[in-house]
Amino acid sequence: MIDEIAARFPYWAIAVLLVVGLYGMIGKRSLVKQVIGLSIFQSAIILFFISGSLLEGATLPILYSVHGGEHANPDDFVNPLPHVLMLTAIVVGVAITGVALSFLVSIYREFGTLDEREMLDEMRK
Amino acid sequence: MEQQLPAFIVGAPLLFSVIVPILGRKWRQSAFVITVATVAVSTVASALSLERVLREGTIRYYLGGWEPPVGIEWLIDEVSAFVSLVVTSVSLLVVISTRRWAEREAGDRPGVFYGLVLLLLAGLTGIVITGDLFNLFVFLEIASLAAYALVFIGGRRAMLAGFRYLIIGSIGGAFYLLGVGFIYFATGTLNMIEARQLLEEAESTRAVQVGAVFIFTGLGLKMALVPMHLWLPDAYEHAPSSVNSLIAPVMTKVAAFAMLRMFLSVFPPGYLSGTVPVADALLVLGLIGIVFGSVAAAGQTDIRRMLAYSSVSQLAFIAVGIGLGTPLALAAALLHVVNHAAMKATLFLATASVRFRVGLQRTHNLAGLGPRMPLTMGAFAVGSVAMVGIPPTAGFFSKWYMVQAGLDEGQWIVVAVVLLSSLLTAVYLFKVLEQVYLRPAKPEPSEHDGDEHSPPADSASQPVEQPAMRPVVERAREAPLDVWLPLVLLGAATVVLGVINVVIMEHVLLPGVEVS
Repeated sequence: MIDEIAARFPYWAIAVLLVVGLYGMIGKRSLVKQVIGLSIFQSAIILFFISGSLLEGATLPILYSVHGGEHANPDDFVNPLPHVLMLTAIVVGVAITGVALSFLVSIYREFGTLDEREMLDEMRK
Repeated sequence: MEQQLPAFIVGAPLLFSVIVPILGRKWRQSAFVITVATVAVSTVASALSLERVLREGTIRYYLGGWEPPVGIEWLIDEVSAFVSLVVTSVSLLVVISTRRWAEREAGDRPGVFYGLVLLLLAGLTGIVITGDLFNLFVFLEIASLAAYALVFIGGRRAMLAGFRYLIIGSIGGAFYLLGVGFIYFATGTLNMIEARQLLEEAESTRAVQVGAVFIFTGLGLKMALVPMHLWLPDAYEHAPSSVNSLIAPVMTKVAAFAMLRMFLSVFPPGYLSGTVPVADALLVLGLIGIVFGSVAAAGQTDIRRMLAYSSVSQLAFIAVGIGLGTPLALAAALLHVVNHAAMKATLFLATASVRFRVGLQRTHNLAGLGPRMPLTMGAFAVGSVAMVGIPPTAGFFSKWYMVQAGLDEGQWIVVAVVLLSSLLTAVYLFKVLEQVYLRPAKPEPSEHDGDEHSPPADSASQPVEQPAMRPVVERAREAPLDVWLPLVLLGAATVVLGVINVVIMEHVLLPGVEVS
């Protein structure tokens, strides 16, 4: 069991982070904590892509003549594509977080609270 | 020029979504004019692309001239060109029609509002025509971000609805991305056509199955498939009228189309049954959703909330088509994507028009409006009839094909539920029509009749909610020309789509479904 977990350690960590993020978004009353949960969730996915591209003993995906130039073995290099994808995903994540935080500013100005239950009470009045 | 057509469909709205807010700061009137021109360019580009696809076959457009696997590919086949044409033309009519309300609801910054509308459209058309799994994620988030912001500006109650929409929508997007990760690590490609070929050759591994589950959960959240629909009624009810007329017809439909695309272009048939029966799950959830959405809609007194639940039901109908998975069922689902966009646009626009003329949105207060706003309510009636599915309107034919597909597969329950849903739709929409046409007007309609009472706190964004400004039904007049003309065109479109459905099915949808 422990060996199993140790062998796939990054994936277990990612699964835990995903669950923590989901709990933050669904289980928390504070809107700020929901946004934090969202960020954790997105980070877990970024980690998933990065650890998926990991290759034991491989090097940077830059073609030097020492690696054999044109005839280099692809197994010697880390797959660069997931890293590039995650740059885009990070940008998307920042955009979402930014919009969410600007929502929170407006909500706080309007309701004077960031607690979901207090907001609902306020609206019933 | 003709080679670059696909770039205009997405590129024009994307470029001007940045330019419009800047120009709109200085010249307020320019925002609307430029937006309409941009959407028109996108519509024309879609129409020309469709014409070219029908003439020459599928267009594979390589962005920047980089061919896959290095570059990103846009895949314009019969289906995606047609759906893109529907999305852009419905948006064009809605944008023109909602001008007066948008300028009131967007406050002092119409440029920002129209910039978001264009960003939404860029995302939606991008989702429809992209042929790359990761590119689809990016467009999905572009469209969603614009939609969150548009919902959020609807005033006090819309704020919480918009924030929840953001959280749930982002979970959906993140799940989709996670699923794409599994597919990428299993196949080593993000290109849909390539992934399809590799998946066909390979055995169905657990990684691919898990990826499929994540992708369908993510897109299910975005398309508000029961039981993942909880964000939708609040978002549609509280969003500004000019916004829900726009996002209700197209936004969730495009997510549904993305799900169809997964079936058509990514996962080989039969791949999704067996150990992880994604297709069966869609079928079951769809059947539950059809009944649940209709029943919930029948219980609503706010007409916008009623239409929102009706959307839940209609989206479930599309999911049933995807779940059945035969070419006829998929084509019926696609036809329903198109039909529903036209029908819902008609209904939401008519509702918004009433709200701004009379200030009423409770179903039981609309009594006597029929003769006083004949064109608006006439369009509403046509839209309702189409929703119920009475020939020759569009709604009848997608249901007809779906029933046929169900019979072919021996799925009697599909037949029964589709017929039952027609009855239930009739219950809630004819209830409204009865009020509108047969009942006398109420002297003093009260909007504050139940638990949904909301004080008009933000008078700047919702002037019609002010009691002093609310005229009674007796004094209602027809909406102005620029409101009713697009509305009548949309109403007519639901009939025309029905009449020419055979042409659409034979030349556009069925070939598109069978090729891939």
